[in-house]
Amino acid sequence: MKRIVYREWRLAPQRYWGLLAILAVVAGIGGLAFWYMEHHGHWVTGMTNEIIWGTPHIFAIFLIVAASGALNIASIGTVFGKTTYQPLGRLSGLLAVALLIGGLMVLVLDLGRPDRLIVAMTSYNFRSIFAWNVILYSGFVVIVVAYLVTMVDRRLKGYYKAAGTLAFVWRLMLTTGTGSIFGFIVARQAFDTALLAPMFIVMSFLYGLAIFILVLMFAFAQDQRPLGPFILTRFKGLMAIFIAAVLLFVMIYFLTKIYGAKNYDLVNFYLVSGGRYTIAFWFGWMIIGLLAPFGIVTHPVLSQDPKWIAGASALVILGGMASIYVIVIGGQAFPMALFPDQTILESGFHDGVGGQIAPYAPSLPEFLLGLGGVAVALIITAVGVRVLQFLPESLADKDVDPHATVKA
Amino acid sequence: MMNNSSEQIDQDRRGFLGAAAGVATVTLAPGVLLHGIATAEPRAERVTDTVRYGMLIDTTRCAEGCSACVTACNQENGLDLQRMPQGMDPAKWDRQEARWIRKVKLQDNLTGHVTNLPFMCQHCEHPPCVDVCPTGASFKRADGIVMVDRHLCIGCRYCMMACPYKARSFIHAEVEEKLTLAPRGKGCVESCNLCVHRRDNGQASTACADACAALGHKAILFGDLKDPESPLSKALAALPSRQIRENLALNTGVRYSGV
Repeated sequence: MKRIVYREWRLAPQRYWGLLAILAVVAGIGGLAFWYMEHHGHWVTGMTNEIIWGTPHIFAIFLIVAASGALNIASIGTVFGKTTYQPLGRLSGLLAVALLIGGLMVLVLDLGRPDRLIVAMTSYNFRSIFAWNVILYSGFVVIVVAYLVTMVDRRLKGYYKAAGTLAFVWRLMLTTGTGSIFGFIVARQAFDTALLAPMFIVMSFLYGLAIFILVLMFAFAQDQRPLGPFILTRFKGLMAIFIAAVLLFVMIYFLTKIYGAKNYDLVNFYLVSGGRYTIAFWFGWMIIGLLAPFGIVTHPVLSQDPKWIAGASALVILGGMASIYVIVIGGQAFPMALFPDQTILESGFHDGVGGQIAPYAPSLPEFLLGLGGVAVALIITAVGVRVLQFLPESLADKDVDPHATVKA
Repeated sequence: MMNNSSEQIDQDRRGFLGAAAGVATVTLAPGVLLHGIATAEPRAERVTDTVRYGMLIDTTRCAEGCSACVTACNQENGLDLQRMPQGMDPAKWDRQEARWIRKVKLQDNLTGHVTNLPFMCQHCEHPPCVDVCPTGASFKRADGIVMVDRHLCIGCRYCMMACPYKARSFIHAEVEEKLTLAPRGKGCVESCNLCVHRRDNGQASTACADACAALGHKAILFGDLKDPESPLSKALAALPSRQIRENLALNTGVRYSGV
């Protein structure tokens, strides 16, 4: 295997600054959306006392889940010794940190009291998975940065494997923590299952990979670096496996739910009668997000075309957003089983009267805040690859030896 | 002449000194007196776990169409001071406005039996809202009251996600006018605290229970669950009662009979 040479992203200055300017405008609009919501209060959003977490949380959770998944490429190279993936480790680590920061920013800026962030940093309740996540998220950034240093600095090569392994274990804990935010909620039928933790992990594998593929292909195409079919073949193989894993977990989720009579209504809500949530589940998550990209990456002809692989990745991302929408918003919209086997005829607090699904109409600022988080993640990535040597010169087939593995 | 003149001056001085003393007294006295009251107040006493506050709600006594408990709670805790922001859709505001207690009317799917009840924070022994709160803002007092520390709440709303009774509200808009006993800040979460200010003032009951009793319904009985001689404990011993969502085993402080 040839020695891998890394180079800064050599985009023409006008193009590079143009790209940054567009991202900065999107991030700026996100900032204005935050200011607007913070100034007026959450009444200007679509969120209510029923739909407690809204569109910002869809973006935040998607970005955080994808962040841990984006690190997978580096982990496969380091922890599992697949040298093919090692040249991609730096971008993988950078993207992981960038996505996490973007996601956390959205989460923090949606707080009722974002000015009290210092309280969240200094006052901990260790029974809370949220508090653990504060530690897991900040620890992730520190560990991945240290891992990146061991990739870059030859003198620290001895710590490379250890740092990579720690980062891998940490990212599994992190996504477990994110899934557990919902898994631990015994109050709501759609959540309340330990399955959500591993399900979030397989979802992170898929979403992180899709974002990684798109960013890599875009970055390489922009400054004409060769990206051979060999590495893309690896990616589409991984994508097919991860899609299958997500499908398996979705199936197990519904099988475990439908086993008990108390959840018949919930399963019916998601799969048949839930209106926009049923549509988002079948068309958004299942067809656009899983089955269509699976069809593309396993298709003998289409999967040979990088454009189709990029298309499949984009579909996975759209479907991924739909999946978080279905899980997070749908799980809140479905009425809480306050009085099983009784119908609520009247209530002074909208407790799902007559089985009514809680309405939620997302407002524009919520959406713009979420997009701002995406823009911040991309700005960090774009600046990172520009000023530091994160991208390999070439991923042409001749430069990535298909058969070598690291000797222990 | 001299004497007269000096007498005149003395008169002026006396008048001035008298007025000054009067003004000084009027200015300082309330402060001195209030300070005295403030130090005499036994507020510094720790809340103990020798009591556990709770309620029994006898749904057979809860009258259909009556919402006296809700009105009383809204007045007592300043919830009626919330104002809908201008130009807002009232239907949406209805889902964003904070409420501590609500009336619920239920019908049994099989038997058709209809039940009316007031519903609020159930003051669990093992409250999920306290477990999930990242900062410890959501807490349980030693006397069993579950409430929010408004200084620690960051407005993440995880407690609202976790509450099995949908008992909590987020303050979606600025509240201009507020009571000192319920300083309502935009961006924080709150819920029924069993009129905690009344507990600290040594009063016997809650606003909702008093309002219900005043109408003669007596559907809400407030008291100490740990005192076997309290009317609440005696009523609980006499009447069959249950917890709402008892399968969650939260050991709620609010119990219901007839549901």
